[in-house]
Amino acid sequence: MSALKRHYVLIILAAVLLLLPLVLPNNYYYDIVIRMAINAILVLGLNLLIGFAGQISLGHAGFVGIGAYASAILPTHFGWHPLLAMAAGAAIASAIAAIVARPIFRLKGHYLAMATLGLGIITAIVIKNEAAYTGGPDGMPVVALALMGFEISGEKKWYWVLAATLLFSFWAARNLIDSPFGRALRALHGSEVASQVMGVDVVRYKVAIFVLSAFFASLMGSVTAHYIGFVTPNIADFFHSIELVTMVVIGGMASIYGSLVGAILLTALPQALSTFEGWETVVFGAILMFCMIFMPRGLVPTLARRFGGRESEGD
Amino acid sequence: MLSQFLQFLFSGITVGATYALAALGFTLIYNASNVINFAQGEFIMLGGMLVFFFMQSGLPMPLAILLAIAIPALVGIALEKLAIEPARDAEVVTLIIITIGASLVIRGLVQIWLGKGAHSYPAFSGSEPLHIGGATLLPQSLWVLGITALVVVALWYFFSRTLAGKAILATSCNPLAAQLVGIDTQWVLLVSFALSAALGAIGGVLLTPITLTSYDVGIMLGLKGFVAAVVGGLGSGLGAVVGGLLVGVIEAMAAGYISSAYKDAIPFILILFILFFMPRGIFGAKVTERV
Repeated sequence: MSALKRHYVLIILAAVLLLLPLVLPNNYYYDIVIRMAINAILVLGLNLLIGFAGQISLGHAGFVGIGAYASAILPTHFGWHPLLAMAAGAAIASAIAAIVARPIFRLKGHYLAMATLGLGIITAIVIKNEAAYTGGPDGMPVVALALMGFEISGEKKWYWVLAATLLFSFWAARNLIDSPFGRALRALHGSEVASQVMGVDVVRYKVAIFVLSAFFASLMGSVTAHYIGFVTPNIADFFHSIELVTMVVIGGMASIYGSLVGAILLTALPQALSTFEGWETVVFGAILMFCMIFMPRGLVPTLARRFGGRESEGD
Repeated sequence: MLSQFLQFLFSGITVGATYALAALGFTLIYNASNVINFAQGEFIMLGGMLVFFFMQSGLPMPLAILLAIAIPALVGIALEKLAIEPARDAEVVTLIIITIGASLVIRGLVQIWLGKGAHSYPAFSGSEPLHIGGATLLPQSLWVLGITALVVVALWYFFSRTLAGKAILATSCNPLAAQLVGIDTQWVLLVSFALSAALGAIGGVLLTPITLTSYDVGIMLGLKGFVAAVVGGLGSGLGAVVGGLLVGVIEAMAAGYISSAYKDAIPFILILFILFFMPRGIFGAKVTERV
């Protein structure tokens, strides 16, 4: 594939991101787009784990929570620079992921789902209970993010920061998938035994991708905390984890742009459903079931197969 | 000291029995279809909420209880027929999301129908506590334990002595071989979903007079039931029962002696430790018979 063809979706995405501010009428819409971008990056990291390595995490919001609360607590209570706090959060999340991953990745399927689920719930409960530092269930305010005296605040500035981050993430993920590392991941999703025979260190790769996705989750947790300026324990709870997994699956497992589509749709859905007063949960659940029953492979792969006939890995 | 210990033990076993019933439900469906049914907790919630609703509408308690077990069983059948069966060949994550979608639908409907408030109904045979060794034991706890024991024995009989039970066991061992000897595996799936929904509902019906119920109790109860199933070794019936009681007792002890604020975290800390040191659960490796 030529570079242009390889990256044409990325180029379209860049163009859309450049032109979008011309049509966004007010800050409300900026806000929705920013949330979509944050979710898209999070989901991309999770999709690398679920879609490409075939491992389920039902506790990813725990890592998001660790990042968010590191950015909230360290600058407020200990006077750390927000960037340092962000790095510390990502380091803590990665370290926890690494420690937990080794023994767990010897297990398969549902046991891993259980372990990650437990990890996420424990994180959420710790955040709720340590009220002296975290503000408990009510949450706490987060200081603004400043880089060399330049403060990132307001929807417009955040939009450009996240647009750039989004593009970079998708470019990086695309390259990662096409690297030997990405090929190893896809191989072990296909058949662990076969990839082991081919010399892939299965456990090492699984741990690496889990740590990487935890790292991303924590960073985006920090970004969310700074953007909103306030954190509550909801960011780490089971529902948020489920939301993220759902975005991966609805968009399409092992589909990079599926992550984007899943994030956009499921971020917009609650806004659209707010007209259903009281029925949001029911409608949301019904849509989930409906999508999964009729498009078990997710939107992007299903549509790509129907219209393009072209089935290229990773698109 | 002893009385305190007994008190924690009683409350642990009582809650643990409910976890055990939920864990048995997870196990049944897992064995029949390899699906982890995240809607299991909603059946527990449905059990309690439906008894409350029917008694409020004037039905006598026994009839209310019967309906509160039968209706979730029908919901379980509908879930299998309408959602799981059409997606049979999908990946594990996809099936998990379908059951999560189902749990949202059930929870949402109950919230609209019966509101967000907490509900309860009187215990089956009075609430005059019994005094044992300085600790108090509610009569309802005896109901919980007695009925759970009955259910476990009935299940054991069903799976080891009846043709239908053996057909389910055969399907969980090897669906293709089961089909070849003439077992209707579709039917097995339906029965498994109905049975596990009924088990969850029984747990909810029994526990509600002690703990109250509301539209959102299903999440935590269900997740802890899942923990119990994994503690015992996913797929093992005996493991599910032992796992349930163990999780209940450890949770009550830790809440009593260490920190009640972290009560809900304890089963999950326990499961991490067990997965680290006994990766297949307590009964996962040794027990070959699967319920």
